[in-house]
Amino acid sequence: MSILADRRTRLLVQGITGREGLFHASQMLEYGTQVVAGVSPGKGGEWVLGEKVPVFDTVESALTATGANCSVIFVPARAAADAMLEAADAGVPLLVCITEGIPVQDMMEVRAYLTGREIRLVGPNCPGLLTPGECKVGIIPGHIAIPGPVGVVSRSGTLTYEVLYALKQRGIGVSTCVGIGGDPINGTNFIDALEMFEADAHTEQVVLIGEIGGTAEERAAEFISDHLTKPAVAFIAGQTAPPGKRMGHAGAIVEGGEGTAADKIEALTAVGVPVAEHPEAIPDLLKA
Amino acid sequence: MKLHEYRSKQIFARYDIPIPRGRVAMTAGEARAIAEELGGRAVIKAQVLVGGRGKAGGIRLAQSPEEAEELATQVLGMHIKGLPVRKVLVDQAADIQTEIYLGLTNDRATGSPVLIASAEGGIDIEEVARVRPEKIARVWVDPLLGLRTYQARNLAAGMELPRAHWGQFTDIARALYRVYKQTDASLAEINPLVILGGGSMLALDGKIVLDDNALFRHPELAELRDLDEEAASEREARKYGLSYVKLDGDVGCMVNGAGLAMATMDVIQHLGGRPANFLDVGGGAPAEKVAAALEIILSDRNVRVVLLNIFGGITRCDEVARGILMAMEEVKPQVPMVARLVGTNEEEGRRLLAEAKMITATSLLEGAERAVAAAKGEAIEHPG
Repeated sequence: MSILADRRTRLLVQGITGREGLFHASQMLEYGTQVVAGVSPGKGGEWVLGEKVPVFDTVESALTATGANCSVIFVPARAAADAMLEAADAGVPLLVCITEGIPVQDMMEVRAYLTGREIRLVGPNCPGLLTPGECKVGIIPGHIAIPGPVGVVSRSGTLTYEVLYALKQRGIGVSTCVGIGGDPINGTNFIDALEMFEADAHTEQVVLIGEIGGTAEERAAEFISDHLTKPAVAFIAGQTAPPGKRMGHAGAIVEGGEGTAADKIEALTAVGVPVAEHPEAIPDLLKA
Repeated sequence: MKLHEYRSKQIFARYDIPIPRGRVAMTAGEARAIAEELGGRAVIKAQVLVGGRGKAGGIRLAQSPEEAEELATQVLGMHIKGLPVRKVLVDQAADIQTEIYLGLTNDRATGSPVLIASAEGGIDIEEVARVRPEKIARVWVDPLLGLRTYQARNLAAGMELPRAHWGQFTDIARALYRVYKQTDASLAEINPLVILGGGSMLALDGKIVLDDNALFRHPELAELRDLDEEAASEREARKYGLSYVKLDGDVGCMVNGAGLAMATMDVIQHLGGRPANFLDVGGGAPAEKVAAALEIILSDRNVRVVLLNIFGGITRCDEVARGILMAMEEVKPQVPMVARLVGTNEEEGRRLLAEAKMITATSLLEGAERAVAAAKGEAIEHPG
């Protein structure tokens, strides 16, 4: 069991003929994901990846022909909002946007459009989803995680890989890993992911990987205190980050005294969530 | 990217937000001439991209063109929070009755723009928010609808603005929303928005912060970047598509991925070391980027060791290692180098680096331990 993505996921790749899109489509296919279609306007009718995946001009036509139920977006930043809206409009229920560098106001419009619709967006600026042994939607290396009972949710990319790898080295498996992304405005937040992990019968505990900027971790701590019955552990990156400086991710900035690692660690510790001193210490904090 | 006050106010004026008469001067002589045009009394305002200009003595009132020249001479020679004052704005002095705060920014929690106003303008709004939060009124804007007139009016009522000013306030608020939207700003702020003796309103000070990710839509605004805003090394990094932030420690860091880069800095500190920088070299760590990153890290004279932490995942580590070796050929670092690589063919990658006398590690903790020890001048065993 898992959340969001599993072996029934029928995946559409928007931007499949681009360098990143094509490379990761082949990786996802190799992992065993059902990559059923690609979209690349102007290239409809072509086939890619050894004639295994048909390319369509529009999301709508791809959906009609293949019954895809999830779309992963590798479209460049300036066209990414349009790609998300196109997929939403065509009725794709789950969107995963990998693209980094999307203008904030574009994201505000996309989020406003999605509000009230039965569509979930994960990302943008995220590594996507990995349900080990079943399905991978995005760019998380498949071989660094094994199936198991730990749910992972993170704002980061390679830091998440670091944690998955540390878990695997200790023989600890993962139900699903959800990368919610490093942007200030995203589709799925910690609370959304925690709710899904709470409802998932096969997730027994949860790892939350946060970082400086905003107050999403503080709000997650409140949710954990009120609603999460499963044990959770955390790591917060950016304890050494100076205020007012953006640390790579668009959302990783301490502004007006808000968003410090110390505040987040305090909020999580206060509700009984152990916070690891470094990412490789996370497996030590999990319940045996 | 931040815009100077005078640039911000020029943009406001294009959207019919009233601003004081005035112009920017590079020399004291120019400041004097502008003050003369304005009728003598003028405010001399340092144009630097930091807050607290007034407290630092960067905003001065001149009663005459002669005094304007004298004060401009002083202000143009100043450094405020480390930044040189290269320009002053010379504005007509205003007859201020009331100062208001009005600003638009992105609210992360709701994912929508928020318009903020306070009757306590002219001072640091974050300070007001902390000390007297009840003095701040907010309305959230649906990005698909834009700021509606009733919302701006609600705000005017919420901050107890006298009714006589509601019409003009609403016009200015809606104009500010258009500025925010059409320039892709992450902040558009008038502080203070003043009510003059005669009852009309004027944007006395202005600040616009643009979304760097949206600058492709605004090439004319991208050109207005003030190079003083960031350190030379940070500017150089941006040219190569690297994110770099200089800190004051001695352990240089090169990491792929922003979250992991922060975590690497944190581990260094956890072990008693001090990170010299944040640097995200991006995915795959290609040779030319590694070389540029290495140059930038080593341009900081405090750096006594460099820690490379590359979590390759799918990327082949032997290729990453060859890239690192090419970069080292080019840059020839004089400090110890510690590398921790994870990914496909990582043993081969580590072997190549160890042959080149680099210190290698398998875990992040081990890599950080070795780097911290090297920074403290402790001898390190070369494996192999």
